[in-house]
Amino acid sequence: MAVREAEPVGSLQEVHDVGLDREDLFGIYRSMLTARGIEERGHILYKQGKIPGSFYTGRGNEASAVGVATAMGADDVGCPLQRDMGVHIARGVEPWRIFAQYMGRADGPTKGRDGNVHIGDARLGLHAMVSHLPAMLPVAVGMGLAFRIREERRVAIAWCGEGAAARGDAHEGMNLAGVRRLPVVFVIDNNQWAYSTPAHLGHAVDHLADRAAAYGFEGVVVDGTDVLAVYREAKRAIDKARDGGGPTLIESVTLRMEGHAVHDDASYVPREMFEEWARRDPIDRYRTWLRDTAAMTDAEEDEITAGVKRLLNESLQRAEESPQPDPATLLDGVFATQDELDTPHHK
Amino acid sequence: MAERTYLQAISDGLRQEMRLDPRVFVLGEDVGVYGGAFKVTDGFQAEFGPWRVLDMPLSETAIVAGATGAALMGMRPVAEMQFADFVSCAWDHLVTVAAKQHYRAGTPIPIVLRLPSGGGFSGGPFHSQNPESLFAHIPGLKVVCPATPEDAKGLLVTAIEDANPVLFFEHKHLYRRIKGEVPDERYSTPFGKARIHREGDDIVVVTWGAMVYTAADAAEIVAAEGISVEVLDLRTLIPWDREAVLESARRTSKVLVLHEDTRTGGFGAEIAATVAEEAFEYLDGPVKRIAAPDSPVPFSPPLEAAYLPQIDDVVAGLRELAAY
Ligand SMILES: Cc1ncc(C[n+]2csc(CCOP(=O)(O)OP(=O)(O)O)c2C)c(N)n1
Ligand SMILES: [Mg+2]
Repeated sequence: MAVREAEPVGSLQEVHDVGLDREDLFGIYRSMLTARGIEERGHILYKQGKIPGSFYTGRGNEASAVGVATAMGADDVGCPLQRDMGVHIARGVEPWRIFAQYMGRADGPTKGRDGNVHIGDARLGLHAMVSHLPAMLPVAVGMGLAFRIREERRVAIAWCGEGAAARGDAHEGMNLAGVRRLPVVFVIDNNQWAYSTPAHLGHAVDHLADRAAAYGFEGVVVDGTDVLAVYREAKRAIDKARDGGGPTLIESVTLRMEGHAVHDDASYVPREMFEEWARRDPIDRYRTWLRDTAAMTDAEEDEITAGVKRLLNESLQRAEESPQPDPATLLDGVFATQDELDTPHHK
Repeated sequence: MAERTYLQAISDGLRQEMRLDPRVFVLGEDVGVYGGAFKVTDGFQAEFGPWRVLDMPLSETAIVAGATGAALMGMRPVAEMQFADFVSCAWDHLVTVAAKQHYRAGTPIPIVLRLPSGGGFSGGPFHSQNPESLFAHIPGLKVVCPATPEDAKGLLVTAIEDANPVLFFEHKHLYRRIKGEVPDERYSTPFGKARIHREGDDIVVVTWGAMVYTAADAAEIVAAEGISVEVLDLRTLIPWDREAVLESARRTSKVLVLHEDTRTGGFGAEIAATVAEEAFEYLDGPVKRIAAPDSPVPFSPPLEAAYLPQIDDVVAGLRELAAY
């Protein structure tokens, strides 16, 4: 059975029909620019020796991440992964805290206990990824299970890379979600590479979304460089899950536009492939659409880009002022205490 | 008060918590209609319904990860491994996710994982293990090993109340063999407080789980020879009652550590090392360990009997220590 391949989004009317007004459209653009800007600045920080350890970016995945996050409801939750900076930004994580996290400072969301985009903010419905991929996928399924038990109209988003989709965690999570028709939307970010391993050495099906049928739910392939198409498909899947229609598997196709991490020059990726996908850059593509179809003016665009630049500058400065963590706090939080349960966000 | 088996006490505690708190729910393989492989949740689904007593796919990852996700959303899952041995399939979700999430992200993971463990009935290599020390080694997890019906209920209540992932090792060989008086009302037994199972002055045996009874039987035998043995039941390994162990070590001056898990890297090594570090000058003999040898658990009765620490092994160890 061939899965549905989603159409691109065209007209402004179509966009309004799926619930986005002009401010929303600009908000999406701002989030995409901010996500990319954070990672570009992170790169500079890394070269300046201010980021310990390694450094990962999600260049090329901005549309996929922001599109899904924009479709989530306020009380929805999820476990975004290493290419999903756009999810954190679109959900409202403050960039200065991300820079502080990069540098291992006390004000990072993990207070220096973990690095990179291993962050979450439970108040925003985001839960921090672990390195082991895709361990958070079945955890998101458990969140959906809680919603189902309590009969709440909330949805959990479970992210996964196309490489990590080879692991049993992906299977066990999707299987349970299918069996119990849980309110979970699976997003497989197929950026065609898992470190140096091409997708065809990771899975044998034409589309990972084909697997959905085996779990008893719907699969769809979407162009992950088209933020509005990603939004539309995510919204549809989330609405369906919220209404008791069970899970959907969305495969979002992009190209990882940089190496696996900063140390990797990605020389194994054919040059032409990068060139082809550079022409489909999600931010350029959306900017063109905004100008041609949504009549974004120069003044509007300037305001957005200048605002993002200002935000990044201020954030960077604030993060650099954040203290290093105090070694005396090393053992804090190995165990949780009773009074931390039942805080408003822990529900 | 009523006389209850160890198994009934666990059921009673769990049922009581589920009646009290709608956030508590059970998930595992065959726990619903069938009532669990050992019948701990017999009748639960009829009382609490199919969405609070969930028959899960054969999928330990989905069970433990599912519990973790639900806990993050404010539930109090009590997950069951059909046998403790199968927890290896969910290792990542305990060790990588649940154990570290609070330290990194500040979000508590209040889950309980019930683990029917232990040998003594020809369960073979895959239905007899005692993997408690593997998890005791992982910062962020709590490890509980009740020996008596009263403790089984009280410690389960504490485990459900706890804000952290708790591994609750229920010894299968105690399920129906051990009976005791258990209060009807709700009570909780604190973690990290050892219990003196039998009083004595000459030697202390530090142990937990089913070995508490092996130690007590051995103590009875050597009592006839004039050797007075204390049996100290740790009840919980993480946290463990260092003070009680050190107090007994200083008082008796001889320590035997006994466990059913294998010897090398077993939790007994931690206890022995701590006694050596903290109570060295009080000791009148070496800290002795008796544990299973470093092999998988064998199936055939004579082999399994040779594997499991027996009363005679403990008697020999006690006599050896008494001679110092
Ligand atoms: C279980 C596990 N094995 C190995 C790794 C090391 N590793 C980190 S990312 C990665 C590639 C992941 O590929 P994919 O899932 O496609 O995500 P992408 O990085 O392409 O976004 C590998 C092998 C890991 N994080 N987890
Ligand atoms: Mg990939």
